[in-house]
Amino acid sequence: MSTTETSRGADRLRADDATTEAPPAAGLKAVGGVAGWLDDRTGAAKPIGYLMKKVFPDHWSFMLGEVAMYSMIICLISGTFLTFWFVPSAGQVVYDGSYLPLRGVTMSEAYRSTVDISFDIRGGLLIRQIHHWAALMFIVALSVHMLRVFFTGAFRKPREINWVIGCILSMLALVEGFAGYSLPDDLLSGTGLRAAEGFMRSVPVVGSYLSYFVFDGPFPGEAIIPRLYSVHVLLLPAILVGLFVAHIGLVFVHKHTQFPGPGKTNDNVVGFPVMPVYAAKAGGFFFIVFGVLALIAALVTINPIWAYGPYDPSPVTAGSQPDWYMGFADGALRLLPGWLEFNAFGFTFSFNVMIGAILLIPVMYGLMAVYPFLERWVTGDEREHHLLDRPRNNPTRTGLGMAGLTAYGVLMFAAGNDIMAIKLGLSINDITHILRAAFFVAPPIAFWVTKRICLSLQRRDRDLVLHGRETGRIVRTADGRFFEQHEPLDEYTRWLLVQHDKHEPLQLTSGVDEHGVVSPTARKEKVRGALSRFYFEDSINPVTPAELAAAHHDGHALEAIEEAPHEESGSRPALESARREPPKRP
Amino acid sequence: MSDNGTPHGEVVGQDSDAYGATAVRLDQGHIEGTGGLPERFENPGLPAHVARMADHDEKAAKRAEKQVATLFGLSSLFTIVFVVAFFAIDRESTAFIPGIGRTSLYNVVIGVCMAIALLGVGVGAVHWAKTLMPDEESVEYRHTQRASDEDRRRVVSELTQGGTKAQLGRRPLIKYSLLGALALPPITLIVPLAAGLGPVPKDALSKTMWKKGDRLVRDPERTPIRADQVTIGSVFHVLPESIKDSQHVLEDKAKAAVLLMRLNPEDIKPQKERDWGHEGIVAYSKICTHVGCPVGLYEQQTHHLLCPCHQSTFDVTQDCKVIFGPAKRPLPQLKITVDSEGYLVADSPFREAVGPSFWERGHA
Repeated sequence: MSTTETSRGADRLRADDATTEAPPAAGLKAVGGVAGWLDDRTGAAKPIGYLMKKVFPDHWSFMLGEVAMYSMIICLISGTFLTFWFVPSAGQVVYDGSYLPLRGVTMSEAYRSTVDISFDIRGGLLIRQIHHWAALMFIVALSVHMLRVFFTGAFRKPREINWVIGCILSMLALVEGFAGYSLPDDLLSGTGLRAAEGFMRSVPVVGSYLSYFVFDGPFPGEAIIPRLYSVHVLLLPAILVGLFVAHIGLVFVHKHTQFPGPGKTNDNVVGFPVMPVYAAKAGGFFFIVFGVLALIAALVTINPIWAYGPYDPSPVTAGSQPDWYMGFADGALRLLPGWLEFNAFGFTFSFNVMIGAILLIPVMYGLMAVYPFLERWVTGDEREHHLLDRPRNNPTRTGLGMAGLTAYGVLMFAAGNDIMAIKLGLSINDITHILRAAFFVAPPIAFWVTKRICLSLQRRDRDLVLHGRETGRIVRTADGRFFEQHEPLDEYTRWLLVQHDKHEPLQLTSGVDEHGVVSPTARKEKVRGALSRFYFEDSINPVTPAELAAAHHDGHALEAIEEAPHEESGSRPALESARREPPKRP
Repeated sequence: MSDNGTPHGEVVGQDSDAYGATAVRLDQGHIEGTGGLPERFENPGLPAHVARMADHDEKAAKRAEKQVATLFGLSSLFTIVFVVAFFAIDRESTAFIPGIGRTSLYNVVIGVCMAIALLGVGVGAVHWAKTLMPDEESVEYRHTQRASDEDRRRVVSELTQGGTKAQLGRRPLIKYSLLGALALPPITLIVPLAAGLGPVPKDALSKTMWKKGDRLVRDPERTPIRADQVTIGSVFHVLPESIKDSQHVLEDKAKAAVLLMRLNPEDIKPQKERDWGHEGIVAYSKICTHVGCPVGLYEQQTHHLLCPCHQSTFDVTQDCKVIFGPAKRPLPQLKITVDSEGYLVADSPFREAVGPSFWERGHA
């Protein structure tokens, strides 16, 4: 191979380029003057120069985190606008604003001011709807971003801390969203708070105290709205912004991961510099996200609180549902059976509520947060990883992710069991029973199916590398035989299919030393060995040059060859053929 | 094989008869050893750069420039339209928009103007970047995150030296008292917060404002109900009459809301339910025993009560026991009777706590 240098294309092309730098225009000189003044006082030229040259790789999925970031900023901007008119008070007033159906109705100041923002403040409804849509978009984008990071293995060393920060951000975003949509004090959000009070009571020993402390006495009280307001506009945003800054700071420190491909290695970043390309692309993208949210807010009503009426503990509307991101927790509450509540020692254990309402979210995020550490322990992999995995190349991880996603999906569907029953004309009891079973049955099936799909895709990758593309051209040989011509892949296309690492289960010693003493860590190592087998025992490894050579030699039939174990005597490795079979596993 | 750049070994005695027929064994001499083949393929490096139209065609570049400028211009234009519409359009006016229905014209127009003003900048900037800014990939090199061994040693030694200089090791009294001094002061913030947040519930969760002789009144009209007004199959949302004197209407209502239904007395199975009612008229707490939503849906034919929040279903013919859903306990029944004027009144307060479960519920 003549292509040992890894940065051939761009560097060589640039080397031939004529310098296009024009002499600075008069305007730029002025900027230089201001910049010079600033640099004299801060020394900012060096870090800013470094940042401007920083290279970011390009891939559509890297925009997901950007969408989340911009949605959060849009929430901050639109939220600040709303604080100028929203009155966080549960004080009762009689409505006399411009929305006729509510005239004369007694309501809280929070509700009245939200109705006023919607009808009496010019542009208020638009900003309110932008705020709500941006919040939904924020959580959608960060969730999908999280999935991208998970399925591509971007959480691996050295990015575990950032993954944990991301998990906390994601969890707090849910709480922030819940606090936000509870503020207008309409019938729907009040019912949500009513349920939240029930959740708090389910905590063993201190439940009723917790409820009284949070609500400053009996539900609903007058304290919860101002308290939630302070949490929603000050406490949580401060934490979210702080964690977000750390999150993005670590991205700069680590440099962004990149997808594998020709020229991309674990030691470089191939992409475009911040100045000017990403400044324009990312800056422009902020306006695109904002514009799309404005368009949605202009055309699609969200949370029409004026239609629900003010909160009253007695009435309720059918089809009460939380915002989408709380759906899974609400669904869990609908699936958990009543027998999980019981009395013992004269006290009430309300696990039918507590598991779904109090434990589910921290447990779910806890599991996600520890996953990188678990995987690292199982694989024993201490290297830094900057190249992303194609999801198919780690079938077990991808399968586990899909299993988790399926469990989440079942809970999410469960939150709509009443809607499904009505729309589909089914029995709500049947739907609930089926979803209860599905919560346990569906994730293992999803794991198995996903893993098989990944393995099949890997086999197809091998097949493509070994035999190339079927051209559809039939060739007749001199002795009258027919065969279809296969076109070998070019080296760039092939590289994507063979670049990944070989996976093999950890080889563990017996755990007993020569004196027959069992190692104190033997049991732990045994678990580790079993998990390692679970991850990698049926892994399919990339085509090696020797395999390709053998396949070329033998034409169509021979797909894989395997070397005999190397011995130090230097004996010739034996080759073994396998027809349409993956290589045998050690 | 070399034409596609495959690194390969020396193939000895290639036999076309072997095509598709027999397995190839390296030790049979077809390939020399491992054939000098590497363990893995090598990274071929970045593919050659493909120039864009705008890179070599000034006309295309000019076109791109015009497109970007148009988008930016559109943005400015719609900012102006936004301001005009903001003041010119009547906020009460509505319009029919296909696919959406009748909606506020004001909100749609200013929203769409805002969206175009923002999208113009955004799409323009991205288009500019994609067509005219350099699109040759740059390569930046990474370094391992860990600092050099020397740096790490220096930091550790500076830390330990700092500790030594401060005599941390030699003065255990300071060390341990410092731990306490750092750990405890936050309590001065936590205690006032915890103590000031709210009162202690005592037995408030187990009590409602219902008391013996309290008339049942309609919610929200607050008119008393005569037994003969309650026909079979009807349902009333009910509050205690004393709610009119309440200082905390919402809080009292959140516990005292009651549903009143009349069933055919033969349909009622438990004797207790019949005894606590009046000629088939029964009253049950409306607050769900799951997490406290109002159990608002009454199915007249089956006499089932359904909570719309999590679909707990209670059977009124069986003392409101849970027949489906996540709730565990039946809805508490309010014992009722009629007073001398024929109005329905409570015969006693609730005998158990209403609403969601809590730890000390059994001690009420």
